[in-house]
Amino acid sequence: MSHGNDSGNGNMKLTLDVWRQKDQQDPGRFVTYQVEANEHMSFLEMLDVLNQQLVSAGEEPVAFDSDCREGICGMCGFLINGEAHGPVRNATVCQLHMRHFSDGDRLRLEPWRAAAFPILKDLVVDRSALDRIISAGGYVSVRAGSAPEANSILVPKDNADRAMTAAACIGCGACVAACPNAAAALFTGAKVTHLGLLPQGQPERLSRVLSMVEQGRDEGFGHCTTIGECEAVCPAHVPLEVISKMNRDFIKASLTVREAVAESGG
Amino acid sequence: MTLDSKIPSGPLETKWTHHKEHLRLVNPANKRKYKVIVVGTGLAGAAASASLGEMGYNVLSFCYQDSPRRAHSIAAQGGINAAKNYQNDGDSVYRLFYDTIKGGDFRAREANVHRLAEVSVNIIDQCAAQGVPFGREYGGTLANRSFGGAQVSRTFYARGQTGQQLLLGAYQALQRQIAAGTVKHRSRCEMLDVVVVDGKARGIITRDMVTGKIEAHAADAVVLATGGYGNVFYLSTNAKGCNATAIWRAHKKGAFFGNPCYTQIHPTCIPQSGDYQSKLTLMSESLRNDGRIWVPKKKGDHRPANEIPEDERDYYLERVYPSFGNLAPRDVSSRQAKYACDEGRGVGPSGLGVYLDFADGIKRLGKKVISERYGNLFEMYERITGDDPYKVPMRIYPAVHYTMGGLWVDYNLQSTIPGLFVGGEANFSDHGANRLGASALMQGLADGYFVLPYTVNDYLAGLGLKDRVDTTNPAFVDAQREVTTRTEKLLTNKGDRTVDSIWKELGKIMWNDCGMARSRESLTRALQQIPALREEFHQRVKVVPGSGAEVNQELEKAGRVADFLELGELMCTDALHREESCGGHFRTEYQTPDGEAQRNDADFAYVAAWEWKGQGQKPVLNKEPLVYENIQLATRSYK
Repeated sequence: MSHGNDSGNGNMKLTLDVWRQKDQQDPGRFVTYQVEANEHMSFLEMLDVLNQQLVSAGEEPVAFDSDCREGICGMCGFLINGEAHGPVRNATVCQLHMRHFSDGDRLRLEPWRAAAFPILKDLVVDRSALDRIISAGGYVSVRAGSAPEANSILVPKDNADRAMTAAACIGCGACVAACPNAAAALFTGAKVTHLGLLPQGQPERLSRVLSMVEQGRDEGFGHCTTIGECEAVCPAHVPLEVISKMNRDFIKASLTVREAVAESGG
Repeated sequence: MTLDSKIPSGPLETKWTHHKEHLRLVNPANKRKYKVIVVGTGLAGAAASASLGEMGYNVLSFCYQDSPRRAHSIAAQGGINAAKNYQNDGDSVYRLFYDTIKGGDFRAREANVHRLAEVSVNIIDQCAAQGVPFGREYGGTLANRSFGGAQVSRTFYARGQTGQQLLLGAYQALQRQIAAGTVKHRSRCEMLDVVVVDGKARGIITRDMVTGKIEAHAADAVVLATGGYGNVFYLSTNAKGCNATAIWRAHKKGAFFGNPCYTQIHPTCIPQSGDYQSKLTLMSESLRNDGRIWVPKKKGDHRPANEIPEDERDYYLERVYPSFGNLAPRDVSSRQAKYACDEGRGVGPSGLGVYLDFADGIKRLGKKVISERYGNLFEMYERITGDDPYKVPMRIYPAVHYTMGGLWVDYNLQSTIPGLFVGGEANFSDHGANRLGASALMQGLADGYFVLPYTVNDYLAGLGLKDRVDTTNPAFVDAQREVTTRTEKLLTNKGDRTVDSIWKELGKIMWNDCGMARSRESLTRALQQIPALREEFHQRVKVVPGSGAEVNQELEKAGRVADFLELGELMCTDALHREESCGGHFRTEYQTPDGEAQRNDADFAYVAAWEWKGQGQKPVLNKEPLVYENIQLATRSYK
């Protein structure tokens, strides 16, 4: 079983320049390591090998986040040579396999860079700002026990499919890291679009988009200027279209709110 | 100690309704005066936190990940069962109940399983109302697919990401409560002990995984929804961080452990490719709807799959189980894959693999339909292996996936420690000796949305407002000190072996001797090796030069592995004592002439609930007899 590797035997020697930062106060720096890998490993397994070497040598291992290692939990992610989740499109770094690299490669590993994502240690960042955007309105308010019979609300298959495509977002933050403005527009637009396409999401549709966008702004994310880097790196194939849908809802919501304020005499 | 399962009396169909009607209530204005701790934010934990918060309780929620949305429920692919009978194919609450009991090889409680089947329909309603984007028919109604161990189509799905979408629904409900102030949540905060005062669970001790701070939290009740313990095997389909520490610490404080040996080995996972491998990846059981499993008829046939002619292939599940075919239950399918590989008919470089072939499915339905149904799974398979399943069959092999065992709970999901409730995979309750596909999501949400809100409510009503304890209580101070000492000991151990090297060694012992097949001989061996390895861990483990007061992932892992080294021994003890085969517990001494599991109902129709007696002491076995009032114990047949 060979998957065609440039170095022939599947083994490779790599040079890694890894961002090391002890905590939020530490200014941080790149440290260079040598590691041997083989083509069947995932990128994170290659880092596991490096960390075993470091621990055995009495050095501190490189801290990085990962959990499911199946590309779905969204916990992993860092930049490899400046690219979010590395060179392969539409895959998280845990699903990136070493067969995409060659013997002798030199790789620079650094954490997501965004004001809203403070670095906790090495490649680990704090993405709780994304949770707070969801808290601001990324839900349907329905008490457990109060739901109507599921088939009493019909959803056209096409809408359900498009909602699913938007809902596939794994919340990894790659879109923010790849964006020159560090905007969270793809993330926010994905949730606004998912719920906006379904009948269940209609009652809170306008208030949702206003609160979520506002929260994003308060968290320090930048503004979207439709560059499209986010879509290019998104491991969950969330399409750029979700941002235009969000913008449309946002404009509509802003006008509606203004109308409502005027009507109430305010 | 006599175990009181608190199963309500009366006919099976009305037990839950009747029980609910008589559970005690807390006045709405008083609810905010109670505090409930919920550990874990998977389906059971997030649903319980959101529901209890919505009811008005003060909820403290914790998870070890960086966000509640990461919990491993998110990785469930295929679907969730519910007895909606939307297909008009003869499904009913009774059938879902019966299939689940039978699938569990008659080792689950009737009353619990019936309740699960009853609330399954409410779960679908709740999730659809939350905006979970379930698969739909062209007319706009919900779609279904088939899963193993059933002859009806009752599985609801959201592409191959059902767990993700259900979890996000629960997570969003949780975030809404966080915004409302009813739930206070802490991410990157790991529970390291439970605090028991005068026999009641009163709080927990946690470690902040960013600052290293060890803190005490008091409450009126504690809910553990911390998942399963498959990572005892090192390699499993669990997330890297999944661990047993919360339930194991609770066990050591008095919560009995139910059926620890019941482990599910899932038949369709991507085979291991090397020693550096950190985890195994599942390929959803739903693939068996349209994929056919086979191996070459000849031993050692190394031809590529497409060069092996039709009449030289053995579609062994279709051959051995003609009525269920490729949809035989997981334990049965895994065992058959093992037999084929043991005979030397396995495929792939290691010989530990079988084919899952979509050629017929693509011919019958077209590539477009197959891609709509399984596109993301095919993509994932190709990313990992480099092979395109549209062109060549997938290679799959069984892997540890789920643990049916867990903390023993009564009908109210309360453990043997009053005030300590356990939901989802962390408890032992509903799946017997084998869980059916698409039933884990069902159970997690049933516990979180529809059972715990009622039963925790009842407990608090009984507790009253006068019975209060805070963290100045000596039990908290002691527990906090004990956790601090344990952590410091790990940090200062001057050993020479990495945590991973010991964890892998434990995993090998467990897989070889307490895995798909177990015997008196293998288990006796494991019971000698594990304590020795544990001793080695405490003597020789080397954590890191870092401190405890910062992010320290080696330290986190070391604490978890220390607990796995104790739990692994209990699993083997349980497996050795259970002198029968049932579901996922296959003792080679107890099998039918054609290699199926042979139960011994006369001697083993009970739940084994183990009691911790102290370090170095033998655990004590307590038995909860399984009484079947409504169904007849039968030999499971899928032929």
